[in-house]
Amino acid sequence: MSKRVLLIEDEPNIIEAIRFILSRDGWIVETHSDGATAVAAVGKKRPDIVILDVMLPGKSGFDILRELRCDADHANLPILMLTARGQKKDRDMAQAAGVSAFMTKPFSNSDMLDAVNALVSEQQTTPTVADAPSDE
Amino acid sequence: MPRSALTGTRIRERRSLEGLKQADLARTVGISPAYLNLIEHNRRRIGGKLLVDLARELKVEVSALTEGAQAPLIDGLKNAVAESGAVQYPIETDRIEEFAGRFSGWAGLVVQQREQITTLERRVEALSDRLAHDPFLSDALHEVISTVTAIRSTAGILNNGGDIDPEWQVRFHRNMYEDSQRLAMGSQALVRYLDTVGKVDEAPNAPLDEVERWLASTAYALPDLDVETDDHGAVDTNLEEAFAVASQSDLLTSPAARSMAARWLTRARADAAMMPIETVEEVLTASGPDPAALAQRTGADLAAAMRRLATLPPCEGRADLGLVTCDGSGTLTFRKPLDGFAPPRFGAACPLWPLYQALLRPLAPVRRVIEQMGQPPRQFLAYAVCQPVSQAGFDAPEVVEATMLFVPMDAATAALPNGQSLTAAQVSGDVVEVGTNCRVCARAGCPARREPSLLAMEHSPS
Repeated sequence: MSKRVLLIEDEPNIIEAIRFILSRDGWIVETHSDGATAVAAVGKKRPDIVILDVMLPGKSGFDILRELRCDADHANLPILMLTARGQKKDRDMAQAAGVSAFMTKPFSNSDMLDAVNALVSEQQTTPTVADAPSDE
Repeated sequence: MPRSALTGTRIRERRSLEGLKQADLARTVGISPAYLNLIEHNRRRIGGKLLVDLARELKVEVSALTEGAQAPLIDGLKNAVAESGAVQYPIETDRIEEFAGRFSGWAGLVVQQREQITTLERRVEALSDRLAHDPFLSDALHEVISTVTAIRSTAGILNNGGDIDPEWQVRFHRNMYEDSQRLAMGSQALVRYLDTVGKVDEAPNAPLDEVERWLASTAYALPDLDVETDDHGAVDTNLEEAFAVASQSDLLTSPAARSMAARWLTRARADAAMMPIETVEEVLTASGPDPAALAQRTGADLAAAMRRLATLPPCEGRADLGLVTCDGSGTLTFRKPLDGFAPPRFGAACPLWPLYQALLRPLAPVRRVIEQMGQPPRQFLAYAVCQPVSQAGFDAPEVVEATMLFVPMDAATAALPNGQSLTAAQVSGDVVEVGTNCRVCARAGCPARREPSLLAMEHSPS
């Protein structure tokens, strides 16, 4: 069964390119462009991995990340963050908020594929909340 | 009585060069070796006959022992040391004077380069500050990076290979074409923007520096001040007009500096109206540069009298006087330096200045003889007062300004008529030993020191 990725990004041509690359690699790619409703979209679509841009209309990627991590359902969801600024400050902030991986724009297509695949295989080797025994 | 922290050091160096033992030299001039040792470690004042004797024995002119290289050069070197971060090799701070004296050209280069570095550092700071906080720049960069990301990714797809559906190929080509146009426009806007910033508001110097350079270009006096009174003796104190005048100067480039200069000009005109030059000259003849005398004669307040005295047009026989002002936070808001007393350009000044003593007790005038460390140390008669800036209401915050006038000691004495000396009241109390800034001040055992000196001028007796 194909893995599903949710791309939260507002730049149409970036969406188109990432969608193409990941689809060709066998992913089912869904997209969402509005920051304000992004958390709800994750809850509804239940993707295997989220690619999250930092600069979004409505709500910043950092806020979305924090809200997702506060929800037990998404505590272990792999989240790859995209930002236009590779500053250490931003990385630290994302790491503190519980990001799984971090990627600086502009990235190469193979970097993107590698990052997404690495995150999903990590996910398979570590138990998620859902997989863990419920009496823990 | 000259007392230089460095006269002793110079005697010691000179004696070593001559290969003389401390005990032998002490005997030839008739003092104990222990006393010479104290002198050499700058722990005893030396002057008069003893100094002449020592100079003779050391085969140098007296002035070679009392006057080192030029004070500005030494000050510049001290600042260079103070502002240097971690250095690869230890700096021989105890031999600054020798360096400046023997290699004045190289020393000058060090000072000049330090000034250039400071200017560049401030420019870099201003630019990185702009990078971090400018919303336009942040948006523009985001736009460029987004577009580049889309282009890179799309180009990667097209370049990488083989079996792309022709329909998709067309679509990606079109996307790339659109993005390249967006990138071109975005980068042009960025270049235009970067072209304009840095020229208007970002002169490398702070506005106060510009204002000071502008005032220094006319020796801190405003020559047209005394001719602008109308028939009724009133002076034009229109701020807008002053701003127009300030705007004409090439030395005032930033709007902030022009506005500060205009305020200065307006106030200086009001001061001049209150204290016409003829009256000031009469007071100078009768009492010397005494702000209290000028204030009593004209009804101006003390701070205004100090400003007026410090900014008179230079003329034969008129001593140049220094002035500093600060606001309630202690930040220096105006600096007119004198040779031997240069208020710090960056950072806080010496808390022992009468300026700050006045700040502690608003409206109580302070007068002290102060001594600035230096080569040789200079004494000044300092007058200071702290006054409210404006007559505020009962609920308004209390805004004050302290002003300090400093008169070189020789001018304070020489200006008095009939060879009168300063009255006991004028020199009452001990001489206050002050500095400019802790980092470049080597005064030992200072109760007001807030950070250690970076100058290893103090030696322990050998």
